[in-house]
Amino acid sequence: MSQNIEQLEQMVADLLAEARRLGASAADAAVSASAGLSVTVRLGEVETIEHNRDQGLGITVYFGKRKGSASTTDLNPKALKETVAKACTIARNTSEDECAGLADPELLAHDYPDLDLHHPWEISPEQAIGIARDCETAARDFDLRITNSEGATLNTVEGSFVYGNSHGFVGGYPTTRHSLSCVVMAQEDECMQRDWWYDTRRAAEELASPAAIGEQAAKRVVARLGGRKLGTCEAPVIFRADVAPGLLRSLVGAIRGHAQYRQASFLPDVLEQRIFPEWVRIHEAPLIPRGLASAPFDNEGVATHPRDFIREGVVRSYVLDSYSACKLGMTTTGNAGGVRNLAIESNGGSLEALLKRMDRGLLVTELMGQGVNPVTGDYSRGATGFWVEDGTLQYPVEEITIAGNLREMFGQLVAVGNDTDIPGSVRTGSWLIERMTIAGN
Amino acid sequence: MTDTLSLAQETLLSPAGINEHHLKQVMEALATSSVDAADLFFQYSRLESWVLDDGIVKEGNFNLEQGAGLRAISGEKTGFAYTEAINLENLLEAAGSARAIARAGQSASIAVGTQQVPAPLYPPINPIDTLPDEEKIALLKRIDATARAADPRVKQVTVSLVAAHDIVLVMDNEGRIASDVRPLVRCSVQVIVEEGGRREQAGSGGGSRTGLEFFLKEERALGYAREAVRQALVNLEAIDTPAGAMAVVLGPGWPGILLHEAVGHGLEGDFNRKGPSAFSGRVGQKVASELCTVVDDGSIPGRRGSLTIDDEGTPTRETVLIENGVLKGYMQDRFNARLMQAPLTGNGRRESYAHLPMPRMTNTYLRAGDQDPEEIIRSVKKGLYAVNFSGGQVDITSGKFVFSLSEAYLIEDGRVTAPVKGATLIGNGPEVMTRVSMVGNDLQLDPGIGTCGKDGQSVPVGVGQPTLKVDEITVGGTAL
Repeated sequence: MSQNIEQLEQMVADLLAEARRLGASAADAAVSASAGLSVTVRLGEVETIEHNRDQGLGITVYFGKRKGSASTTDLNPKALKETVAKACTIARNTSEDECAGLADPELLAHDYPDLDLHHPWEISPEQAIGIARDCETAARDFDLRITNSEGATLNTVEGSFVYGNSHGFVGGYPTTRHSLSCVVMAQEDECMQRDWWYDTRRAAEELASPAAIGEQAAKRVVARLGGRKLGTCEAPVIFRADVAPGLLRSLVGAIRGHAQYRQASFLPDVLEQRIFPEWVRIHEAPLIPRGLASAPFDNEGVATHPRDFIREGVVRSYVLDSYSACKLGMTTTGNAGGVRNLAIESNGGSLEALLKRMDRGLLVTELMGQGVNPVTGDYSRGATGFWVEDGTLQYPVEEITIAGNLREMFGQLVAVGNDTDIPGSVRTGSWLIERMTIAGN
Repeated sequence: MTDTLSLAQETLLSPAGINEHHLKQVMEALATSSVDAADLFFQYSRLESWVLDDGIVKEGNFNLEQGAGLRAISGEKTGFAYTEAINLENLLEAAGSARAIARAGQSASIAVGTQQVPAPLYPPINPIDTLPDEEKIALLKRIDATARAADPRVKQVTVSLVAAHDIVLVMDNEGRIASDVRPLVRCSVQVIVEEGGRREQAGSGGGSRTGLEFFLKEERALGYAREAVRQALVNLEAIDTPAGAMAVVLGPGWPGILLHEAVGHGLEGDFNRKGPSAFSGRVGQKVASELCTVVDDGSIPGRRGSLTIDDEGTPTRETVLIENGVLKGYMQDRFNARLMQAPLTGNGRRESYAHLPMPRMTNTYLRAGDQDPEEIIRSVKKGLYAVNFSGGQVDITSGKFVFSLSEAYLIEDGRVTAPVKGATLIGNGPEVMTRVSMVGNDLQLDPGIGTCGKDGQSVPVGVGQPTLKVDEITVGGTAL
């Protein structure tokens, strides 16, 4: 792959040179290439084998304070020239924008660590099929009520990317990502349910075992059988750890610089204000070795650093790139392209402890729909889960909604569990929220 | 040879020196004797987008993409490979990877021919060139000015203008070649309004398979600006939504997204062949109120969800899914139609050459009934009038669906009264369809803004319906 990186670096250099030749005063470019294999086994038989080979590049050019962008998946020299030319044409038509431009050169990651993100998996389609089959078999054999399957899928991708800009920055590295997932259906009387489980890692040896993933998918779907509606009421709600990351994403959306300067946030001008109880700390850790969202520099080449967004319940930092930082008169936080490995600290013990503490209420295990208004914080989503009495699960519930307002929900966060063993880049346990409106019968 | 086909060949094949003989060679490498079906899909696409925000044209982007996807099917197995660089060597390599799904077999001999393609439903133009850049910029600025002039409470306006040019060529293992040139334009306007510290947002937009002049006709795009402002101002007055089960009247047009989610996905062939849909095995049974006739029609000229041919070369058509409440059939792609021994319906669609085709909707709508919309509202003592939705989702196995309302009002004693905010509807698709008790005579299709996601693939779609009443749906609000 190292030679591949050099090729990509050369391509970035060529793009920047072409932009300069066409009169751009500044430019940046990113090039990526990846190859992968994806196999799906359904009901014990191979369903699909896909060989994926993706490549692409994007360039942004600046003519003074005007910018234009173009991208392509066609990497032959003629297409590269056409792409740069298109970006320049666009830049002639966009408006002067005081904040348009590259990141401050002093903030660029000229010397960055190797985060151990590249662990290729030499696996043949036959081996991949075997693993997917083991996973699906474990799910189907788990319970007689598992009557159907959408299959188990193994996916492995190896890729490289390089980013460079006309400040002289160039950086890039290879990465890998491997995933195994399983989707099964269970039936009892007239009730049919579907659920899934998965794992995804940088290194194949860290993946959960095929049997563990299959069994988890099976347990989840069987537990949903016999779901009932609830009567409309107010009650405390626990967002189980695997659905809690959505709440953190809503927070990040609201404290992003773009939402702040456009006044398009349900948390306007909240810097240094308390929005959570005092014990809450939410931070990002972009430099975790093998982390799924780890990156030594952001999409503008700015060095990334561990950072608290919320400490003692107070907003300590917005999520900024150079543009939004300029609009707000601040400095970029190295979050061009998003936050990396977001985490919330736990204070509440196990999920069982949270259930005991809630005593009576709703445990939410799945959310549906897009009912989150980023401007007002109004929250109303379809939910599936379990009704809880005396701290123990009573029966599955479905076809209900939970509603509230995110600002109030953040203020009413009672506890976060230590059940953080969920796949993906966000580290959180389950959230207990004091009170929400549940709509049902 | 049609004009479209020569254009597709000149754009996709000639630059790499690929001729019909080479296509035959690649297909023969892909479709060995143990392969039941195979296809080659070539695509060229160009997409230009502009964004006005904060009163200035901040962003412009141009995307160039092309490639070829090769698929070989043996029984229920599919092998798939694609390449971004269209040349004979890559195509043969991809054919070798895709074919590995099947047992080794003899090469079949392919005779190349041209498929009869129906009359195009849209002009074979490049919509990016239908307005000079300066006029695109001027249009964005006029939309911004119109929104800001509409009301002093408008604080933020974002406008996007997108034009896409797609050329596809598909060849199957019988040697049939078909092609299509697909223009697509879209404009959307988002506004944020503020009054007394309270902020609300709303959006509007539209689009079509035509050129950008579509937005200039009758000042159509300025209408989007006024509509977005109107909706946002309504939301400023909105009160908390009542929570619980109640009668819901859905307005005409875009609320048809409810059908798309509640029944449309459940009628896609793949889900039904594999059996996880709540509608599986129910053809001939009553699955909805007899007032409901639901069709999918990819052959309506110029619509966002329309295609002259689908991504497997099958001409699109009108397919009746539910007639007077009785389930008639499913939407199919070649793979599922063959396995279910069902007719092709022209619903084989893919996001791009890098994705496998699946049965997908085109324009899905409920046919008009005979009731006056006013009468429908008058019939409700206490309920909700849902005019606009921001999105929906369905779990086709359990049939559960969810929608988020972006504009809705209370109905009290047969009259539309206060606007409500942040409401969600949740229900069970098959159940809700049996509770449709009144259907209006005012069928409308949506303005051309829909995008549907399935298995990570997005495709443009259309929806529509007349005003209709559902006797009971659970409304997720905050007010008890």
